[in-house]
Amino acid sequence: MSDVIHTDVVIVGAGPTGLFAVFELGLLDIKCHLVDILDRPGGQCAELYPEKPIYDIPGYPVVSGAELTKNLMEQIRPFGPTFHFGHMVTELKKLGDADFELKTDGGLHFRCKVVVVAAGGGSFQPKKPPIPGIEQYEEKSVFYAVRKMEAFRGKDVLIIGGGDSALDWTNNLQPIARSMTLLHRREEFRAAPDSVNKMRELVAAGKMQMKFGQVTALKGENGELAGAVVKGNDGQSFEIVTNAMLPFFGLTMKLGPVADWGLNLHENLIPVDTEKFETNIPGIFAIGDINYYPGKLKLILSGFHEGALMAQQAFRIINPGARLMFQYTTSSTNLQRKLGVAE
Amino acid sequence: MVKITFIQHNGTEQTVEGTPGMTVMEVAVKNQVPGIDADCGGACACATCHVFVEPEWTEKTGARNPMEEDMLDFAFDVRDNSRLSCQIKVRDELDGLRLKVPAKQF
Ligand SMILES: Cc1cc2nc3c(=O)[nH]c(=O)nc-3n(C[C@H](O)[C@H](O)[C@H](O)COP(=O)(O)OP(=O)(O)OC[C@H]3O[C@@H](n4cnc5c(N)ncnc54)[C@H](O)[C@@H]3O)c2cc1C
Ligand code: FES
Repeated sequence: MSDVIHTDVVIVGAGPTGLFAVFELGLLDIKCHLVDILDRPGGQCAELYPEKPIYDIPGYPVVSGAELTKNLMEQIRPFGPTFHFGHMVTELKKLGDADFELKTDGGLHFRCKVVVVAAGGGSFQPKKPPIPGIEQYEEKSVFYAVRKMEAFRGKDVLIIGGGDSALDWTNNLQPIARSMTLLHRREEFRAAPDSVNKMRELVAAGKMQMKFGQVTALKGENGELAGAVVKGNDGQSFEIVTNAMLPFFGLTMKLGPVADWGLNLHENLIPVDTEKFETNIPGIFAIGDINYYPGKLKLILSGFHEGALMAQQAFRIINPGARLMFQYTTSSTNLQRKLGVAE
Repeated sequence: MVKITFIQHNGTEQTVEGTPGMTVMEVAVKNQVPGIDADCGGACACATCHVFVEPEWTEKTGARNPMEEDMLDFAFDVRDNSRLSCQIKVRDELDGLRLKVPAKQF
């Protein structure tokens, strides 16, 4: 059993909304841990459109998804949030009157007084290609992520894709696999040129194969994959022998475990009030794209506002009876001390 | 008005109207054409607006742009006539355009 992490607040999701919530909570001396299944902060801004311009962040005529994320990280740094990337929050339970318990698929275990669900469009999950019958092989011989490299030792590995994940795992698993084949639909690769070059060297040295085409069918039985039928770009079909297939077709957002936490749902969104942005379970808040209320707009701007109001109620829960004083960052020495900018 | 026909996997056809300047994806979503998910809202960032352009129209719809070509790596069953519908702008010349919707955008 892992050690339990005790904290005031756990924020589920490190998209722009979750990040800015750290700031608003931090001004009220509330410490946060953030969990995200992605390997970096920024949510949709980082995963879907890091280089695209956003024009409706107040005060920024234009800012890219990546810049906005970088700036938010800078802005919340004084509050020293703790990030847990690569973890999906799978369980959320109320313990007694005052506490919540959260668990992640990677074995983290939290106790906290307030939970902020800033899960956006849901957790990013790998896309599963609709190859007929693929389900029976999933988690037995078809995998969408590499959890333990050792699981691929001595296997005939087939990796599908042309992006960074596909190329990185091709290069990393090749030395321990019995055979390695990379299958991609075209000759150009999106992945970093370095890893493409490395892969091409392995091919030139006869250590692996590179094929072009798309999988149309799978062969095998009882979840044990034996081969993949591929339609080549010349229209001819051929077969690749494999007992471990890794398709890398990017990520899609799925609501995921959020649906199992006893929260009311309205078309996959969590209804909240517009005073505190609290859910049907007091102490659990939902802010950003994941929530629903009349007039809701799925904008980054809305998520920021919701975080500020949520923080007020979170303060009252964490500090029962304490008085909350309204202050401006411009003029309050107290707030400026927290931000590390006061003399 | 430009007429566009979407042909579902099971053969049912739906003809809807768009105005020049909109994207084909926007026309589909506005008319609730099934099977055009468009998760990213047209930013060429999701590949869930994949369509197959009927052969007689491929010349008029034109070639894929490089960003679209990259994003098609994330689509399933990509063919020579595959396009991301958010990257096709409605133009008067496209009046009568026919597109097939894949069985599943995944
Ligand atoms: C292409 C595109 C362009 C856009 N342009 C604009 C624009 O110009 N202006 C604007 O205001 N908005 C824009 N948006 C919308 C904006 O990106 C969203 O409103 C914003 O990202 C919502 O932030 P969020 O933090 O609520 O959620 P998200 O950004 O979706 O982040 C949620 C995070 O939570 C994580 N998560 C969810 N569940 C779990 C779990 N169980 N365990 C662990 N992690 C979990 C997810 O992995 C994700 O990283 C655009 C969106 C897209 C796709
Ligand atoms: S709508 Fe996302 S790529 Fe077209």
